[in-house]
Amino acid sequence: MSQTGTLTWFARHETRLAWRDWLAMMTAGRRRGLKTVAVALILFAVFMHLLAYAMVGRFADMDVDADKTSLVVITASLFLFWSLMVSQAMESITRAFYTRSDLDLILASPTAAHRVFAVRIATIALAIVLMAVLLAAPFIDVLAGLGGARWLCAYGVAAALGFAAAAFAVTLTIALFRTIGPRRTRLAAQIVAAIVGAAFVIGLQVGAILSYGTLSRLDVLQSDAFVAHAPNIGSALYWPARAMLGDARELAAVLGLGLLSLVVVIAIFSPRFGEHVIAAAGIARTAARQRPWSRRFRAATPGSALRRKEWKLLLRDPWLMSQSLMQILYLLPPAVLLWRTFGQGGTLLVLVPVLVPVLVMAAGQLAGGLAWLAISGEDAPDLVATAPVPPRHINRAKIEAVMGAIVVVFAPFVAALAWLSLYHALVAALGIVAAAASATQVQLWFRRQAKRSQFRRRQVSSRVATFAEAFSSISWAATAALAATGTWLAAVPAAIAIGTLLGTRLISPR
Amino acid sequence: MSHSQPRFALEIRNLAKRFDRPAVDGLDLSVDVGEFYALLGPNGAGKTTTLRMVVGLLKPDSGAISVLGIDALEHPVAAKQLMAWVSDEPMIYDKLTPFEYLEFVAGLWGVDATIAEGRARELLDWLGLAPHAHERCEGFSKGMRQKVALAGALVHDPRLIVLDEPLTGLDAASARQVKTVLRERVRAGGTVIMTTHILEVAERMADRIGVIAGGRLIAHGTLEELRVQAGRSTTSLEDTFLTLVAGQASAA
Repeated sequence: MSQTGTLTWFARHETRLAWRDWLAMMTAGRRRGLKTVAVALILFAVFMHLLAYAMVGRFADMDVDADKTSLVVITASLFLFWSLMVSQAMESITRAFYTRSDLDLILASPTAAHRVFAVRIATIALAIVLMAVLLAAPFIDVLAGLGGARWLCAYGVAAALGFAAAAFAVTLTIALFRTIGPRRTRLAAQIVAAIVGAAFVIGLQVGAILSYGTLSRLDVLQSDAFVAHAPNIGSALYWPARAMLGDARELAAVLGLGLLSLVVVIAIFSPRFGEHVIAAAGIARTAARQRPWSRRFRAATPGSALRRKEWKLLLRDPWLMSQSLMQILYLLPPAVLLWRTFGQGGTLLVLVPVLVPVLVMAAGQLAGGLAWLAISGEDAPDLVATAPVPPRHINRAKIEAVMGAIVVVFAPFVAALAWLSLYHALVAALGIVAAAASATQVQLWFRRQAKRSQFRRRQVSSRVATFAEAFSSISWAATAALAATGTWLAAVPAAIAIGTLLGTRLISPR
Repeated sequence: MSHSQPRFALEIRNLAKRFDRPAVDGLDLSVDVGEFYALLGPNGAGKTTTLRMVVGLLKPDSGAISVLGIDALEHPVAAKQLMAWVSDEPMIYDKLTPFEYLEFVAGLWGVDATIAEGRARELLDWLGLAPHAHERCEGFSKGMRQKVALAGALVHDPRLIVLDEPLTGLDAASARQVKTVLRERVRAGGTVIMTTHILEVAERMADRIGVIAGGRLIAHGTLEELRVQAGRSTTSLEDTFLTLVAGQASAA
């Protein structure tokens, strides 16, 4: 056993907490679920390997001396991967600042706080690296299996990107802390995390639409103009790409730089971490003055009171805003495409059917999140349950609140579509309603009281609900996609969606 | 359903609820209209379970509950219209202000907006919350949150207020404000039923006290009557309570 208060002692403590946290997240706190989780993970790994085979199998023969275009595409893909890691790391760092749990104990103890925070940052970095490696594993395995062991170097690249992402996220979060203060950092970091994760891919897609009138990001990366403007083939920017292709020297450099960046960041920032945590804890006790919506009580039925309350809470929830921002950001390319289609007098009209499933999918996902907040994330369940309102009326008001929010977000898109094609607007509207209603219904069947702050982990409470919600959204999106092309085959995914819902109803607890 | 001047604000007959073991086991209890009734009992005695069944948060396995003459199991909405529930964990929304919270509660109970607003302003003043009426509750202390919850319970002018450990974690000043508000309600003809571990509060405030142990009402009455039942005529409520509970434990 290591001596108390040392780095290794703290590391053991942190590792144990992280392991239990992960286990609880995977099994939803039920030990019996471990076997099921293991089986599910194996099935998921098999599925991911098949998917990876379909996606990257044809690139396995790519040589270490790849041409500039290939290096540009690989580098961009790695950058996308890295930005997602940064997004994840920022969220973990923000939680480390604002989730108090054991921080009072640590800061009140006579131990050197900088050691605890050094270990805590390192644990976050290791978790990010582990996630990076696990996410990349199916793709690397497929490439190594088909193209040779040299592709295994990509594991090192994934780890290096994880280290660098954690280092960058810590730096960015602390920079936010120092520039805009602890009160605004919480929300800003969440928004930045969402934007960082989505911005690159969305930026490429918007660029593709504006420049080439296509939704393909690859077209932009492989275009002559883009490649010509990219750095010279000897640039250090391509080290990660070369390392991935099996260049051992570049791999050593990339891994060394990634690790070094993390060590430097830990050395610089861990002594100040405690101060920031104390500052963050301080703002939690400060009451925010709210500009009243009205200085007078407005007449309300129980239903309208519930709807208004839900909308106010949704608008005032910074965590929700950041979590939902990603879903809303993905609507940006369809919005640009619609705008371009108007501008070009309908020459891009051929792409309109592509928009329909994107909108339907986004609506299902957004509705699932909002429904969870309104139904399971009710902060005063006893108050609502003791009100003289029949439970079915309460549920109806909450469903109306969710569907109202969906209408506000998606109505402009449907209206714009209607201007171009009434038929496609109708298909999109029906798809949006079906996907949103299905996701909301699943949340009603699997409601389990939780705090709103647990929104990020809402999938933990029921894996069945999560899969059912995602699967029904995908099925409705497929239905809309096929219906948009005018084929009766749309009935097949629609039947699958309805079947999914019926099956979910049968195994739901209520 | 009868609305003619009931004698009892709450009448419970043979109430039972079982989880892993019986939590409430054939409980009989009646509380007069206009009475301040304190419900005492050791941890796990069944106090909270009983009150949660009264306000409709739990469904009993068997028995009957009548609230001001209304069968609460048969007509839960009508019974809820007359009641308010305050638990030890304040049921409020962090992102709403006290003013907005009271507006919401009034809406849930279907109270006319003008009347509710007048009451809300009075309650906010009374409980010392007026300066914070337009601040979000997220920064409030436990005492302030409990006062907001209490204001919410009173804004719809309930005839029966049911409170579960409402003074837990409150400082002396907040506790006194809450107690004053509750006494005022009783003086105005309302009925209060409250569980508490603070025996001094029960001793000073309650008209009658009920003692629950093992899911049953083992003693009830005024403090004097309880002392007689415990066979200790001059002792404090604490001694009386401990004697009664110990007697029940040895009998079981």
